[in-house]
Amino acid sequence: MFASTVRSMTPASHSVLTSEGIAALLEGLRRRGYRLLGPTVHDSAIVYDDIASLADLPRGWTDEQGGGRYRLVRRDDDALFGYAVGPHSWKKFLHRPSELLWRAEQTADGMRINPEPGAAEKLAFFGIRSCELHALAIQDRVLLGGAYADPHYRTRREGLFLVAVNCGQAGGTCFCASMDTGPKATAGFDLALTEIISGGEHRFVVEAGSGAGRALLDEMPRRNAAPEDIAAAAAVVAKTAAEMGRTMPAAAEVPGLLRRNLDHPRWDEVAARCLTCGNCTMVCPTCFCTTVEDIAALDGTSSERVRHWDSCFTTEFSYLHGGSVRASARSRYRQWMTHKLSTWWDQFGTSGCVGCGRCITWCPVGIDITEEVAAIRAADAGRQTGE
Amino acid sequence: MLPLMARVRGRRRETHDTWTLAIDAGGLKFQPGQFNMLYAFGIGEIPVSVSGDPGRAGPLVHTVRAVGAVSQAVTRLKPGDPIGLRGPYGTAWPVAQSGSDIIVIAGGLGLAPLRPAIYRLLAERDRYGRIAVLYGTRSPADILFRREIERWRRRLDIEIEVTVDHADALWHGNVGIVTKLIGRAGFDPGHAVALICGPEIMMRFTAAAVESAGVAPERIFLSLERNMKCAIGQCGHCQLGPTLICRDGAVMRYDRVRPLMSVREL
Amino acid sequence: MLTRGLEQLICEHPAFAGMAREHCELIGGCARNVRFDQGQYLFREGEPADAFFLIRHGRVALEIAAPGREPLRFLTINAGEIAGEAWLVPPYRWIFDAQALELTRALSIDARCLREKAEEDHDFGYEMLKRFTAMLVERLHAAQLQMLDVYRVHR
Repeated sequence: MFASTVRSMTPASHSVLTSEGIAALLEGLRRRGYRLLGPTVHDSAIVYDDIASLADLPRGWTDEQGGGRYRLVRRDDDALFGYAVGPHSWKKFLHRPSELLWRAEQTADGMRINPEPGAAEKLAFFGIRSCELHALAIQDRVLLGGAYADPHYRTRREGLFLVAVNCGQAGGTCFCASMDTGPKATAGFDLALTEIISGGEHRFVVEAGSGAGRALLDEMPRRNAAPEDIAAAAAVVAKTAAEMGRTMPAAAEVPGLLRRNLDHPRWDEVAARCLTCGNCTMVCPTCFCTTVEDIAALDGTSSERVRHWDSCFTTEFSYLHGGSVRASARSRYRQWMTHKLSTWWDQFGTSGCVGCGRCITWCPVGIDITEEVAAIRAADAGRQTGE
Repeated sequence: MLPLMARVRGRRRETHDTWTLAIDAGGLKFQPGQFNMLYAFGIGEIPVSVSGDPGRAGPLVHTVRAVGAVSQAVTRLKPGDPIGLRGPYGTAWPVAQSGSDIIVIAGGLGLAPLRPAIYRLLAERDRYGRIAVLYGTRSPADILFRREIERWRRRLDIEIEVTVDHADALWHGNVGIVTKLIGRAGFDPGHAVALICGPEIMMRFTAAAVESAGVAPERIFLSLERNMKCAIGQCGHCQLGPTLICRDGAVMRYDRVRPLMSVREL
Repeated sequence: MLTRGLEQLICEHPAFAGMAREHCELIGGCARNVRFDQGQYLFREGEPADAFFLIRHGRVALEIAAPGREPLRFLTINAGEIAGEAWLVPPYRWIFDAQALELTRALSIDARCLREKAEEDHDFGYEMLKRFTAMLVERLHAAQLQMLDVYRVHR
């Protein structure tokens, strides 16, 4: 992934806030003109939305996740961040589901094309998890790191303020530990919080990750972290890492494994279950595929080009010369999984997966990407033929 | 990426469903093998290879087959009409390899993306050994750039052979698949570079035949095609396994794409 | 002396590469030089397939006649190639027309003569069949690919 800057855990670099301090953080960001976005409870799920204050956060909620299963359940404490990730990822704010790219209008001597750069907004993501920070870096690579940078993404990405949260429990489908993407946020944030509830005390160990984060933290009512605070925060993260119920083999192994096994019988097996509904691509924090639509006004004098999220699971996605290159469900599932875990490396130099588990939770039939990899690995046809 | 406002300067009908447009794009330059996204107002964009002379200043020439809504709209544009254009995108035919024999094999509309390479080869004739252009298409009525081919045929320093899949008795040329022409073409397989473009089936059996004739797969180049929307590597549509055709192609080396072309529905 | 010249031509022909001298002689014994002016037919549909042709110079088109239209041309055969396969299997009748597109010189090989020799000498027969099978496979593949009509527009 990106080089993780190991921050020395000296007490002076960390502070401790109470819930009031967290509320003050939100207020401090609001005063700086940020649009606050964070987790809320809505439609029986944790969804990222506009928040105004602490009261909007899912205090006392947790989630139970499994293959094709998601439930919100009450906790027996008041944790503000006592859950994992929901169906949304933060990508919907930066790489929007629909984006007006430009407008063309007819003129006396031809046509004119007017760019629509979109309003610049100062966004603050409050409560972003480590896996999601990695997903952000991955989308940065795709949308900003090539020969052409996406101006719409860049406008919103540049002003972004990130308050990360180190997970206090592993989600039911998470596997960030084996993906090396968490549970601890190590880089790419302005502030990172670890929530600790013990011995009747509810506190947050806070680490600054940038000058802007440091400046905001300095304004907050806080105390320096003591060694026992640091140790408690580390214990939270260690507990979370140990709770992961799934693993993915090492990054060095998976790309070649899938590349060698493009005709593995497992693809037929998963194709029999996959509905090609595309949920996985909608909930995945790194999926970036889009399509464009040209919408002409009824009087024909102007036309808009709009970009929408698209999914490789549709038959139209690979349409060519009267038909789809990937007509079968088998080929479309294979495309998604091999892109995510294998060819993403060839195209962008990183894995496309961050181990958040959303695709497993939100698949109606509970297809588990870690289980599919394990099944292929168990009968690695490429290896057996001495490839 | 914003299309620039370009203008159609010329239009010529090539066959019953194919037209060539000359588009004034303000002096934009391109490399042989590259393509532009052409925008028909209110309808949409399509990727079209540039089919003109890279060494000549002036309008960019594109040959378009009318098969869908956008291409039909584009082929109906007349001189003076506005058209949106962005590009050029993609990789180029490797015509910088001096000293080699060059064998160019085109199938059907595939002659259009190869024509800029042929112009470049002829403009720098001294750099190459023997040059052979083999062109196969459906029938005599489908032969693209016929007058130009006849002009090239009259040269003494380049070999041109044309074949069709079927014909009537008015045709006195070759009838048969284009790979039949390879055996008779004059080139040294050990020192040749092959440039191949046409329908994917044709490119598969032609590249295999060229390799059988002794040309190393690292010296065989194909121009591939997939669904394309953004042309800048951000929409995901043009993927072929590990490659993005808009960025790593359309011109790609055979040794790299052969394993990709042999997996069904990749 | 004429026979020796022909067997030389036959042994040198790519179709008969590696054939033993005696076998080339056997074929030579069934061969003779022929020539067709432009527009002349080497054979016509329905006629007995009594011979096949090693084209030495010129070009031949395989065609099928259809009422009310020009003949449909589906293959051209050039110098160095062989025209005619129907002589290999009963009922030994041509199913296409073969027309010389330009002045064409060929070796005409008597099919009945060759079939008899192959029956007498099975080693010779096997050598012939190996070579003709290879040619037929290549022709079959080419024909199948041609049939795919790959340049057609797909909607």
